[in-house]
Amino acid sequence: MRFVDEYRDPELCAGYAGEIHRAATRGWTLMEVCGGQTHTIMRYGIGEMIAGAVELIHGPGCPVCVTPVSHIDAALEIASIPGVALCTFGDMLRVPGSRGDLNSARARGGDVRMVYSPFDAVELAAKNPDTQVVMFAVGFETTAPATAAALLSARELRNFSVLCCHVLVPPAMEAVLSMEGCGVQGFLAAGHVCTVTGWKPYSGIADRYGVPIVVAGFEPADILQAVLMCVGQLEKGTHRVENQYTRSVSPHGNPAALAMMSRVFVTEDRDWRGMGVIPRSGLNLAMEWKTFDALERFGVSLSEPFHDKGCLAGRVLTGGLSPPDCPRFGSECTPDTPLGAPMVSSEGACAAHYRYGRKQ
Amino acid sequence: MCLGIPGEVLEVWGDEPLTRRAKVSFGGAVREVCLAGVPDARVGEFVIVHAGFALNRLNQEEAMEVHGYLARIREMGREECGEN
Repeated sequence: MRFVDEYRDPELCAGYAGEIHRAATRGWTLMEVCGGQTHTIMRYGIGEMIAGAVELIHGPGCPVCVTPVSHIDAALEIASIPGVALCTFGDMLRVPGSRGDLNSARARGGDVRMVYSPFDAVELAAKNPDTQVVMFAVGFETTAPATAAALLSARELRNFSVLCCHVLVPPAMEAVLSMEGCGVQGFLAAGHVCTVTGWKPYSGIADRYGVPIVVAGFEPADILQAVLMCVGQLEKGTHRVENQYTRSVSPHGNPAALAMMSRVFVTEDRDWRGMGVIPRSGLNLAMEWKTFDALERFGVSLSEPFHDKGCLAGRVLTGGLSPPDCPRFGSECTPDTPLGAPMVSSEGACAAHYRYGRKQ
Repeated sequence: MCLGIPGEVLEVWGDEPLTRRAKVSFGGAVREVCLAGVPDARVGEFVIVHAGFALNRLNQEEAMEVHGYLARIREMGREECGEN
């Protein structure tokens, strides 16, 4: 496939791995904060290719995994209301709330539908005026523009609303860096998040925390090049934002997408599953869009922040625990019987480790 | 949800930026995509799409940079070795 195969060339990847080993005079610890990158790293065994020079730890980069139990529970409650069709992305159906998942709500007769895009939910609402269609919108800055554009196109619909749970990556990176004993020395930033926002918003983090940040793409050669760039900075003692993913990312991002987001959303404090409340890390609907807020429309309130019992996802998402070292990994907790969200989504660190079976 | 691979724009329609749509092929799998974020995207160009929304147009001039960077790093390494 064009613009994919070019970056999976084994010789190119081996060339980068060799340069990384040559450049590193000691071991370095980097964190990626993108579920797609985590998936690539596990699938192509990148951790093994650069073992000894660089340890890659998988940060809170899977939006499904960090969606709080309170929002899943609210989705379950809304899905149980007669006449409501609750739409969301496929990965969300199996994420456990405090009393079951959306698949179980469907089994109890709830109208829960998997959609590819929020526009599918808008179309469903337009075709079924007697059904209240709710889009359970999750994801980072990559999916938030789709929700914003869908809402802007649904202004006239009285039977469409959004349960809004979008989150922002930079505040989560700061939360990781602020943790006591944080061992992260550099970051690979998420290429498609930065495609929307640009890389400029990361300059402040690089300065304040003294960490190099390299914006990276999703293919194996992209990730290896970004690791080499980050190691180069660490060896020189510099800490700036560099852009490996130049074919997609510019300094200031996509102004049209950002303008739509700023029309529809405001930032607010948000509970991250496994991490707790992170200031100004969530996107919610702005005041003039509150009539499209499913919580208001159906009189549902969010429960208090909830912490999973027996799941160590918080330590996994912040780099303190590698999934295979969790005592429940692969025994009580598997993709078929997930105790926590990182085992559910294919982008989750635990599911990626389980599927590709390598220990880093 | 977030495994965004580039897709090729096959067909574009709609006059208003917000309602502009395209048929986009991802290695043969064709999806309808909102072009509100890249209203000037044209047939034959490649776009990155998440949740049915095109986030940008791929910069084809930069597409081979991942090869060029390694070549330059190796060249620098050779020069350093030569000097030593």
